Order: sequence, then structure tokens, then C-alpha cells
Amino acid sequence: MRIPQSERELTFWERIYLPEVIRGLAITGRHFFVNMARHLAHLLGFRNVPKGAVTYQYPEERRPISPRLRTLHRLARRADGSPRCVACMMCETVCPANCIYIVAAEHPDPNIEKYPLRFDIDLGKCVFCGFCVEACPEDAIRMDTGIYDFAAYTREGMILTIEQLLSFEPAPYVQVPPQDRAADPGPIDARQRFGVSG
Amino acid sequence: MLLEALIVLLKAGFIVTVALTFGAVLTWVERKQSAVMQDRIGANRAAILGLRLIGLFHILSDAIKMFTKEEFTPERGDKFLHTLAPMLSLFFALMSFVAIPFGDALRVGGRTIDLQAADLNAAILFVFAMVSLGIYGVVIGGWASENNYSFLGGMRASAQMISYEVTLGVSLIGALLIYDTLNLQEMVRFQGHMYGGWIPRWGILLQPLGFLLFLTAGIAETKRVPFDLPEGESEIVGYWVEYSSMKWGMYMFTDFIEMTLLSALATTLFLGGWQVPWLLSDGFHFPWGSVALPHVVVVVLQMGAFLLKVSFFLWLQMLIRWTLPRVRYDQLMAITWKYMLPLSLINTMVTAVILLAIR
Repeated sequence: MRIPQSERELTFWERIYLPEVIRGLAITGRHFFVNMARHLAHLLGFRNVPKGAVTYQYPEERRPISPRLRTLHRLARRADGSPRCVACMMCETVCPANCIYIVAAEHPDPNIEKYPLRFDIDLGKCVFCGFCVEACPEDAIRMDTGIYDFAAYTREGMILTIEQLLSFEPAPYVQVPPQDRAADPGPIDARQRFGVSG
Repeated sequence: MLLEALIVLLKAGFIVTVALTFGAVLTWVERKQSAVMQDRIGANRAAILGLRLIGLFHILSDAIKMFTKEEFTPERGDKFLHTLAPMLSLFFALMSFVAIPFGDALRVGGRTIDLQAADLNAAILFVFAMVSLGIYGVVIGGWASENNYSFLGGMRASAQMISYEVTLGVSLIGALLIYDTLNLQEMVRFQGHMYGGWIPRWGILLQPLGFLLFLTAGIAETKRVPFDLPEGESEIVGYWVEYSSMKWGMYMFTDFIEMTLLSALATTLFLGGWQVPWLLSDGFHFPWGSVALPHVVVVVLQMGAFLLKVSFFLWLQMLIRWTLPRVRYDQLMAITWKYMLPLSLINTMVTAVILLAIR
């Protein structure tokens, strides 16, 4: 069988495989012992030792999300609580997934043309591109609820109605301070933290 | 006579219990050790009344899951052989344990009990015979599924296991020449002596190359990464593709039992078995002085040492399993036939010549 050559010829010690295996085992073994020591230190109450795992225990612990993250949609309200949406159909038109369905109705106030009687978003189709937010001339639809763990047992359950969309509140704007970011042992920092190269 | 039979039963029960416990705990160790090595926490969600106990209940939930899942037998497959195959695998893996000595002779009430389920003169041959028969479980399992993929998987697995069995056997000949016996208990007793009064005469010091070859071939024999081509779940279909529920569980369990067996064998042959350095039957004999110990304490220490050494090898195998990438099939065959087998033959020859010169 023809085996493609790599760019570099392997040295003798690399070709006999064993020293490289031991080098690899040393790396994973170091991770094992360092992490075990850290877990033990935490168990014994030394809280200032770095954590033994870089993962988040998801449903209970969540990574801070960026304020720019596109999360579940909501419809913004006017001061009197009525929807800001004027049912102009811009979002429904721009939606690449065709997941928005709007039924417009005449608004009693002559300054406002229309208002949405129905405003459904089928999350089973939505691709979270954010085009609806970009297209909206009234800044009525927004994707800033901070909710990203929605799931349903039926397809119908994935359809959001106007009442639900109006009830969502924007997520509190939390800026992660720079020093906390340094302390956050996120997966990106894992290699650097152990001084592992390669 | 009745007492003798009872003692044998007790010893066999002890061995089986220990082996099965190791197998069960290894499912937990596999998850947890890999997690710690990869900076993760690992499985910790199974809980009883909110008590998680660092994920140990996952063993229990696994068992419940596997016993209650749908048991599927392929329609056109051979139902009898399909059911028999995983049992064969597990049976032969467990059978091998009877030859492993887990302690020195225990003296109770004027009776000497050898801490070994069966005192076989050719124990090492018996173990190899059982390991070889274990291949049948794999081949029959692949064949009886009436599925071309699992059939090929079974063939691939048996080709690998037979190839590595050659090296596994030959790599040990050097050690057998030194020990001058096939009896595992005798081998362990041989390793109890000291060089210069302080270096234990363990097989790993006498046969370092033999040890490396044995461990490598043994990992391939137990079908673990980097030699897990029979399974290879991410790219190829293995022999157990048509298995589900506890039948599949038995195959998985066999792997863990075989790992334990390999560790026990490596311990017995190369790491002094139940020997504790400087511990003789009446207490510690350090180069700088002696400490007398009662007989029971000595036996317990020795059994503990055996289990500790086995655990060390299991840890090492897990470390290897979660470090190395899988080899290609042509590499797999090249490693054993082109490198390991000649090396083990050279090892045998050099050992023989040296022994001839010494004796």
C-alpha cells in the first residue's frame, strides 16, 4: 500500500515509537496528577487552588454569555404596553427560513398604521440569523432575552405566539470585568494554563 | 473432604467476586480517569436521594439500563450461537483467573491453604489456552449475527488476536527460562529473593524488553486502544454490531475482565505478584533491621500488595488507552509480525545464551 509521506523524515527515535509514546503518556499523566491534586485540594477546603476541571456543570453553572449573543426573540412594547410592532411584514419577508407568520390589523390610533393580530415564530425552523432584528424599522423585534435552552416535545410546542413574545424581558446587561475573564478557566485557556505546547 | 471442597469454593468465589468487582468499577474508572486526564469532571449525575458519591452510582444505573433494554437477535442469525457467544467470551476470561496466585500460603489451624483457586503445574499454558478460546466468543458473535459487517469485524478481531497471541507467548519465553517453571506460584516465589539484600528480583528487572513486549501484545489482545480495531466505533463496524442489552454488556464486561486479567498476569510475571519488597513470611527484613509481624498481617499485606499492583497496571492501561491514537490495520499487523515477534525471538535467544553462560 502506498502511504503518503509527511513533510519531514522521522528520526530514528521517533520511528521506534516508544520514546514518543512515553512522551505522550507523560503529558496526559501530568494532566492526571495535576488535576487530581487540585481536586483533592478543593476537597480539603483549599479554595484558592485553581480548579481541577475547566468545564462548567451546565444546567447549574453557566458561562457568561456575550450581550451580543443572538438568543430567543422577544417583541418590544410601547410605554402603554402595546406592541411596538406595526406589522410591516419586513421581518417576515427577510426571514430566510420562513419561520415568521404575521396577521396584521388596523390600529385605532391614526398615527399608527397597523398592529399585529398574530405574530408567530416557529423556532423549529428559525436559524437565528438575526435578519429580522436588522430589518425591523421600529426596533420592535429583538434577540436579547438571554434564553437559549428552549425545547419542546412536539413541533407545535416550538411555535412562539405573540403573547409569549411580548412577555419576555431582556437579559440583564452583564459586562464581564477583565479581571474575572482572566480568572475564568474557560476551555480556551486550558492549554496555556498547563503550559502545554502542541 | 467436605472442608477441602468448601475451601476451594470459597477461593473460587473470592476470585470471581474480585474479578467482577474490578470489571464493574473499571466502567467507572474509565469515565473518571479519562475525565481527569482531559480536565473534565466526568459522569456524576446518577444519584440516589440526591447523593452522588462522585458518580459511583453510574455502575448501578448502567446495569439497570443494560438489563432492561430491548434484547435484539437478528432475524436470520443463529439464535443459539448469538446468545452463546458473549457467554463464551465472559466465561473464558473469568476462567483464566483460577490460575492466578493472589497470596502466599495461608496457615490456619494446622492447615496450609494455597491462596490460588487452582494450583496448576502448567498454569501459564492454561491461561494462554483460555485466552485463545476467548477468540471463539468474538468470532462466533460476528458470524452468528448474519451480518456481513459484523462477520468481517469478527474475522478482523480474530486475525488481530491470533497474531498478537504469538508475540504474547514468545515474549514470555525469556522470563520462563529464567524462572525455570510454568507454575505461576513458583514464579512469584522466585521473585521474592533479593539481589545484594535490597533489590527485589522482579521479572521487570530481569526481562525489561520481555515486559514491554508482553504489555503491548497484551493490550492488543484485550482489544484496547491503540489496538481497538475490532471495535473502532468511530470508523468501522465491529463484531458486536448486532448485539444489544446485556448481551452487549457481557462483551463490554469481558473487555474489562480481560484488562484485569492482563494486569494480574503482568503483576504475577514481572512485578513480583503478591511479593512485598523485604517482606518474608515472618515479617520485614530491611537491610538495616527486621520487624516481626504475625502471619495473618503478612498474608493480608501480600494480598493488598497484589491488588495494588493490579490496580497500578489498570491505571497504566487506562492512561495508554486515553492517550494514544488508534493504529491503522496494516500498521497493526506490521507492528507485531515485523517488529515485536522478531524482537521477542531475539530476547528469547539472548536470555538463553546468557543463562547458558551463567548456569
